[in-house]
Amino acid sequence: MAKPIRVLIAKPGLDGHDVGAKLVCRALMNEGMEVVYTGLRQSPQAIAKAAEEEAVDVLGLSILSGAHLPLCRKVAAEIGKRQLAQLLWLVGGNIPRRDHEELKKMGVAGVFPTDTSFEALAQFIRERVQS
Amino acid sequence: MSNKGKEIPPLFWESGLQIKPVYEQSDVEQSGGFASVGQPGEFPFTRGIHPEMYRRRPWTMRQYSGFGTAAETHERFLWLIKNGQTGLNVAFDLPTQCGLDSDDDMAEGEIGRVGMAVDTLADMEEAFDGIDLNEITVSLTINGSAVAIMAMYFAMARKRGFDLASLRGNSQNDILKEFIGRGTWIFPVEPSIRLVGDTMEFCAANVPRYSPVSVCGYHIRESGANPAQEMAYGLAIACAYVEHALERGLQIDPVAAGITFNFDIHGNLWEQVAKFRAGRRLWARILSEKYGAKDRRGLRLRMIAGGGGGGLTIQQPENNIVRGAYYALASALSGTQTMALCSYDEAYTIPSEKAAKLSLRTMQILMHETGLCDTVDPLAGSWFVESTTNQMEKRILEIMDELDKQGGIVKAVAEGRVQAAVNAQAYEMEKKIQSGEFKKVGVNCFEEEEKEREVEFHPYRENEAAKQRERLDRVRSRRDGDKVRQALEAVRTAAGGSENVMPSIMDAVETYASVGEVCGVLKDVFGNYREPVRF
Repeated sequence: MAKPIRVLIAKPGLDGHDVGAKLVCRALMNEGMEVVYTGLRQSPQAIAKAAEEEAVDVLGLSILSGAHLPLCRKVAAEIGKRQLAQLLWLVGGNIPRRDHEELKKMGVAGVFPTDTSFEALAQFIRERVQS
Repeated sequence: MSNKGKEIPPLFWESGLQIKPVYEQSDVEQSGGFASVGQPGEFPFTRGIHPEMYRRRPWTMRQYSGFGTAAETHERFLWLIKNGQTGLNVAFDLPTQCGLDSDDDMAEGEIGRVGMAVDTLADMEEAFDGIDLNEITVSLTINGSAVAIMAMYFAMARKRGFDLASLRGNSQNDILKEFIGRGTWIFPVEPSIRLVGDTMEFCAANVPRYSPVSVCGYHIRESGANPAQEMAYGLAIACAYVEHALERGLQIDPVAAGITFNFDIHGNLWEQVAKFRAGRRLWARILSEKYGAKDRRGLRLRMIAGGGGGGLTIQQPENNIVRGAYYALASALSGTQTMALCSYDEAYTIPSEKAAKLSLRTMQILMHETGLCDTVDPLAGSWFVESTTNQMEKRILEIMDELDKQGGIVKAVAEGRVQAAVNAQAYEMEKKIQSGEFKKVGVNCFEEEEKEREVEFHPYRENEAAKQRERLDRVRSRRDGDKVRQALEAVRTAAGGSENVMPSIMDAVETYASVGEVCGVLKDVFGNYREPVRF
């Protein structure tokens, strides 16, 4: 049997909106993936460390406060330090389209606004992670 | 299209009540009768808390606002007052809400972003400069760091010569709901409740007309709870604070008078009306029967019914203007004391001036042009409304009983059970929206191909954040360091024992100790909350 895809869902920064992050956890669990959720208010260092220690294939950040650019810059640096190059890095939440390009330059593979369907998200992951 | 001959499918509200196509008098009788309807302004207040409601006292309009520095927020406050707003509802930025100073590492990128940045008393003084605190009631949306921010507000008011004994207004200061939704907790559950108790005790003795706690079903609903759960969890949380206060030896009547509520207004209009009418009489009954409250002032469930953010959509954002008007209608029909309305752009940003003004105008049109203030509780006596009010009351009680069986709301929250139940509900609803079973216009029906959404985002200005950090540096360099250290040590001593922390925190903020310094001392004593992750 194929090894299940492992996902870390993380909430960086101070933003307390966790409904979306928890919904994504549930949805991906129901898709047969193994999901770890960090809880709120994680530092970029703690998130990268958890991604490494949990040996996840996918890192999903949920950000709704508007602070996605400064937060993702820090996460990118931490991912770089730990050489997690094979990690599929996704960002979801309240992210205006004009910032998508800049996030992708930092290494984000996909940006998922709040109206993304669970199905589209799961499919995006499956197409990119070998399991 | 004709449905002739086919049976109509059963219909259920989000809260689980089955709704009949036609209601008759016998439905009211079977669900509990008319006995609890009563008169407005009289126990159990089903029809409202005042005898003449909006004829004598229309609802207060209090939009949530605040951003950037205290100076900018001050300007927005003056603009809102000039435009006819009758109260202020202060938004603080996330570092302030989480008890961090603007120069903390975790604050980077968040300073003044979703609310006003407050580091010291100096910011509070600037934000309210020249505003008459007896004329405009101020609501502080602050929870985790409430002890520090409330102390700053009281210290500011006192310095400006307002008598604390007559100061009105309220703080949100409902930490239990922060653990369920919203998430600006700092300390573990038990000491967090003790801090709420300290503010209740302090206000009962020193600021008796001020409401230290506004219990929020609102954010629990926004996190996915249905309307019956919203009311049930809200009332259970209020009971937890009451019981804590009684254990400390406070009297029930002043405690009850210090508690107000904050509820949500999106969803089925009739379901909200039933929720509010049922909730009002349930609260009066619980206070009177369970806790022996007698004073009319406290028995009345006073509330802000507003917001509705969870019903707004990022798609076709202008539809939110229409939604907001219906939500405000639900709020007015529910007998609210205060109303606030999410603005049409609020699904993706903090409101622009234009959007904020439209929300204010929506409420003003409702108040002045539609006749909603003409008479009290206009829906009373409707067989449908009275039946569903009766049924909703039973449903809310059932949920509260279930909670009691689990050992009460404090335990259920500490173990993450309420959070998991609410999130499971949110998941079921999200699946219904994604499948189209639960209709949302512009989301799963009547969708439009959208190019880049033409929306205006509230900008983040790094130079304003830098100004705030410089301001904090300046305040720190000018204050008396020895006095600050002594005052903070007194806070540490109070927190470590059983003494009320509020007097020592008042002294500390008067020396211009910062939010981060006060909360830092409390974290040393109480530790940090660790979130239970449970699905």
